[in-house]
Amino acid sequence: MRILIVGGGTGGTIVANNLARRLDPEIRKRKASITMLSASDQHMYQPGLLYVAFGQMMPDELYRDQESLLETTINFHVDPVEEFKLDNNQVKTKSGSVYHYDILVIATGSRTMSHKVPGLEEGSETFYTEAGAVSMFKKLREFEGGKVAMVVGVPHKCPIAPVEAVFALHDYFVKRGIRDKVEIKYHYPINRIHSIENVAIWAKPEFDRMGIEYETLFNLEEVDAENKVIKSMEGSEYNYDLLISIPEHHGMEVIEQNELGKDGWIPTDRHQLTMDGHDNVYVVGDTTNLPVSKTGSAAHFEAEIISENIASIIKIGAPVSEYDGKVYCFIEAGHDKATYANFNYQNPPDLKPANKSMHWFKMSYNQMYWTSVRGLL
Amino acid sequence: MSETKVIDACNTYCPGPLMELITYMKQAEVGDILELLSTDQGTASDVPEWVNKIGHEMVSSEKVDDIWHIKVRKAK
Repeated sequence: MRILIVGGGTGGTIVANNLARRLDPEIRKRKASITMLSASDQHMYQPGLLYVAFGQMMPDELYRDQESLLETTINFHVDPVEEFKLDNNQVKTKSGSVYHYDILVIATGSRTMSHKVPGLEEGSETFYTEAGAVSMFKKLREFEGGKVAMVVGVPHKCPIAPVEAVFALHDYFVKRGIRDKVEIKYHYPINRIHSIENVAIWAKPEFDRMGIEYETLFNLEEVDAENKVIKSMEGSEYNYDLLISIPEHHGMEVIEQNELGKDGWIPTDRHQLTMDGHDNVYVVGDTTNLPVSKTGSAAHFEAEIISENIASIIKIGAPVSEYDGKVYCFIEAGHDKATYANFNYQNPPDLKPANKSMHWFKMSYNQMYWTSVRGLL
Repeated sequence: MSETKVIDACNTYCPGPLMELITYMKQAEVGDILELLSTDQGTASDVPEWVNKIGHEMVSSEKVDDIWHIKVRKAK
């Protein structure tokens, strides 16, 4: 049984490691094999980019060698897939190699699409890439006062990031002693300050307390980077001195090019996590079209279900688990406090008051992630 | 030719039904109809508020059993 995993991020790595342990007997008897193809030999801890943007982590702390995170029985190759031939159960890579599989796991993630909004790339800073996070830190460091605007594209990974980032902006300027010289204005696409209603209810008094202004029903249409003006589809405008953006995302270009899903979002069964129309293809993480958060947390819980089911299919011929929509996300609330959102398809998030213990748990998790991605946590 | 697409956002909380509608609206062509399914009561008022502000067209909104079926036409 040839298992092929395309993508070496959180979801792909957890699937690979979990499967390697579950199928150890089969692998040793050469009745199963696990191969991972990735575009990079490095694994990045993406949530760390927010800390890089505020000078709290260095970029090199976010990376580990991908091979060092994998069980030794996994065949790992840095050779990105260029063609998916699902009807023939094969993929073709950049090097020209063809990999045949019995079970495929697509874990290719997502990417920012700043260029889709005129003026956004040249007119804004974003912490959603390493280069962007470093640039944003330097711009924040040079900033001596004025208007800071935040804009949010749809969809984007890490739905809680806009709230975390605006709290971090407030704390940063307070620490520098210039908060009274800075106007922070947060713009959000729907009719409240966050898509999760309980987060919006929790965050609004925090915004008011911190003096963070906000405008809802603001869907960015264009940025006049020369005159520093953001313009919404709804007809409003705002002059800024520094613009922070969380851009609209797509799935990876290879997914779009192979027509596996519009905008790179692959149609996926919300419980079995199989690709619609292909029972031997699983999809994990950001690249699904599931109406769940695009987060490492969702990828983690999805990966556990996928690896459990692939193993059970190989061992007993049937899946044993279903994904229930589980997501667990930390929420940095500023002032060294944090809370969390824990929810699934049946139960909405119920936020607890932010506290210092949860913040330090999150700080610990920034390091524990490397154990988590090995499938040990 | 205009298409109708069904978006099943039942029993989802993050990013939530309206954000799912906005995501699919970006993929749609002008004239396409998107039918959003949601078990969240707030969706019934959230969607028309967004649709009216941004300039699309509400086609219909009805609750069948516990599920809201909200149809929106992409107008621009």
